[in-house]
Amino acid sequence: MRPLSIVVRTICNIFAWFVAIFGAYVILHGHLTPGGGFQGGAIVATFIALLLVAHGGKSFLGWVKKEIFSSFEGAGLVAFVCVGFLGLSTTFLYNFLALKGGLFGSAVPIGPNAGVLNSSGTIALANIAVGLEVVGGLSAILIFMFLGMRYVSEGGKEGVKDDK
Amino acid sequence: MSWQVHLPALVVSVPLLGAFISIAMVKPRLRNLWFATILVATTILAFLMWRYVAINGTLVYVMGGERWNLTLPSGMTLPIRIIMEVDAFGAFMALAGSIATLASGLFSVRFLDRVNDGNKFVALFFLLFAGMLGLEVTGDFFNFFVFLEIASVASFGLIAFWRDRPEAIEASFKYAVLSTFVALIFLIGVGILYGVYGTLNMAAIAKNMQVGFLEKLALVLFIVSLAMKSGAVPLHMWEPDAYGQAPAGVSCFLVVVGQASLYGMFRIAFSVYGQAFEGSVLAWVIIVLGLLSMFIGVIMAVIQKEAKRLMAYHCISQTGYMLMGIGLGLLALSSSQAMSEYGFTAMKGGIFHIINNAMYKGLLFLTAGSLFYATGTTNLNKLGGLARKMPYTTFMFAVAAAAIAGLPPFNGFVSKLLIYESSFVVHPFLAVVAMVTSILTLASFVKVFQSGFLGPSRDDLNNVREVPLSMVVGMMVLCVMIISLSMMPNWVLANLIEPAARDLVNQASYIQAVMGSGL
Repeated sequence: MRPLSIVVRTICNIFAWFVAIFGAYVILHGHLTPGGGFQGGAIVATFIALLLVAHGGKSFLGWVKKEIFSSFEGAGLVAFVCVGFLGLSTTFLYNFLALKGGLFGSAVPIGPNAGVLNSSGTIALANIAVGLEVVGGLSAILIFMFLGMRYVSEGGKEGVKDDK
Repeated sequence: MSWQVHLPALVVSVPLLGAFISIAMVKPRLRNLWFATILVATTILAFLMWRYVAINGTLVYVMGGERWNLTLPSGMTLPIRIIMEVDAFGAFMALAGSIATLASGLFSVRFLDRVNDGNKFVALFFLLFAGMLGLEVTGDFFNFFVFLEIASVASFGLIAFWRDRPEAIEASFKYAVLSTFVALIFLIGVGILYGVYGTLNMAAIAKNMQVGFLEKLALVLFIVSLAMKSGAVPLHMWEPDAYGQAPAGVSCFLVVVGQASLYGMFRIAFSVYGQAFEGSVLAWVIIVLGLLSMFIGVIMAVIQKEAKRLMAYHCISQTGYMLMGIGLGLLALSSSQAMSEYGFTAMKGGIFHIINNAMYKGLLFLTAGSLFYATGTTNLNKLGGLARKMPYTTFMFAVAAAAIAGLPPFNGFVSKLLIYESSFVVHPFLAVVAMVTSILTLASFVKVFQSGFLGPSRDDLNNVREVPLSMVVGMMVLCVMIISLSMMPNWVLANLIEPAARDLVNQASYIQAVMGSGL
């Protein structure tokens, strides 16, 4: 995949970052607003897609290694299961942080309000874990689809075989 | 409250943790150690769960609840949480499945040396393990669907693991399309029940069940999708490809995963519909599925030349025995006289056959895998005279083949005898088909034994050696299980099979465990 024109690349350089920040916002506010870990993660993966399309695969893979996305994926998944295990003193996945003060432990006032970011206990942690996992997973899918395209278009000379 | 009440959550989450951490394992040796540790740990957890249920009765677990058994907080009439419900039947299935998985995992450790992305194999293997155990412990329709999908997606990857072989890709793709299709059919069935009863909990639906048109429609969707997932005959076309092309350890594993779908079918037929479904149509549908699977599976198996494909067809045929045994139990469900006359015996036979099949069919796939490991082929025309070169494999194959053919001292004989006896009472034709199937099974395994292991040794197989120790250990696990099931059939029947059959029949206790008696 060749890089697109300088116009596209410049605009991508400026605006792609907003996509990433918006994705992070959706992940972190998962317990307050519509969306959550999966949706936010998908938005952040769009950032990767934009970079990949605008700058072409060669320079993109020069900036980041694809192993980093696998490690995001693994870390997110392990974090999610660990959140479950930490609640095991009561039951698996028990919300042990809610209403305890401290991290994500504030109470939410009754009635209409703007929402308290520091509330909801392990739900927020689980959202962050899922967000991390989806960023890694969807980006890895995009990169592997790109490598598959390159494998086909270059007559099978490079790509899938040397990716192990 | 002992820690053992958390076992239903642990048997699912420990393999999940194993899967996710194994992605990060850099050194192969460390990864193999991790693989074996988590396998053994999960099997021990499944055993403890079975023991806990045997002592304390049905175990209900509420994910994320304030107490592990608080299913209905005050003021609610329907359970809405993620509830796991393990009765003796579910615990028995989980135990049988984990033992077969342990063996297939130990067997696969050496296979991993031959591939360079073994981490992914381990991760998929544990995901499949978690999916299978999840199917057997869940008490909720939607979670059943989720675990079904986890198990399916993991098995797509595992079936296509030799991805340089076009046949493996084809088998996996075929399975992927069919399996996704029937999973959606299952989901539509779940949606119908949710629309009617406003809940997804199996026990709550069973309590309110009044069978009308929509419930019958949902039942048809469930039976079709789960019959396909377990490989019963009109819907078996993916099975020979998938089992034949997957790595041998995985084929052994897929057998017990298929049985988990079978478990779902029986759970829905007995515990969700059960007494509310009048008439014998459902029972006869299951019995006829069983007869067809039994007979068509075995006549397709007799003509195969490829050992793993032959065994895959036998797998279909053995599924038929379980369907028929438990279908006869369902037929007798509404009358206590029929239940004591033939129904309970048939159920014991069917359930005994589940664990038997997991053990000997698994062992047969593993011996086929070691033939492949040693010689590079499982085509029976290219094998011969291996008995002297691979004595352990030969011995294990002989044990497993005798057990599957139902030769008297072995466990296959016990379960088949129970099914013959009970089906004869209903109609002699059923027993005749079952016996003919058994004879043809014997014939086809005599063929495999003769052409694979006996006869003069072939020149092109001179360098063949016995497989490495870890593979022998994997096979040994199942071989020991077969021999002990054969040596103590009475103990097994009294302690493993009968509690499972009793709990499967007893719909009221399944409902009461979640809903309580007060409501």
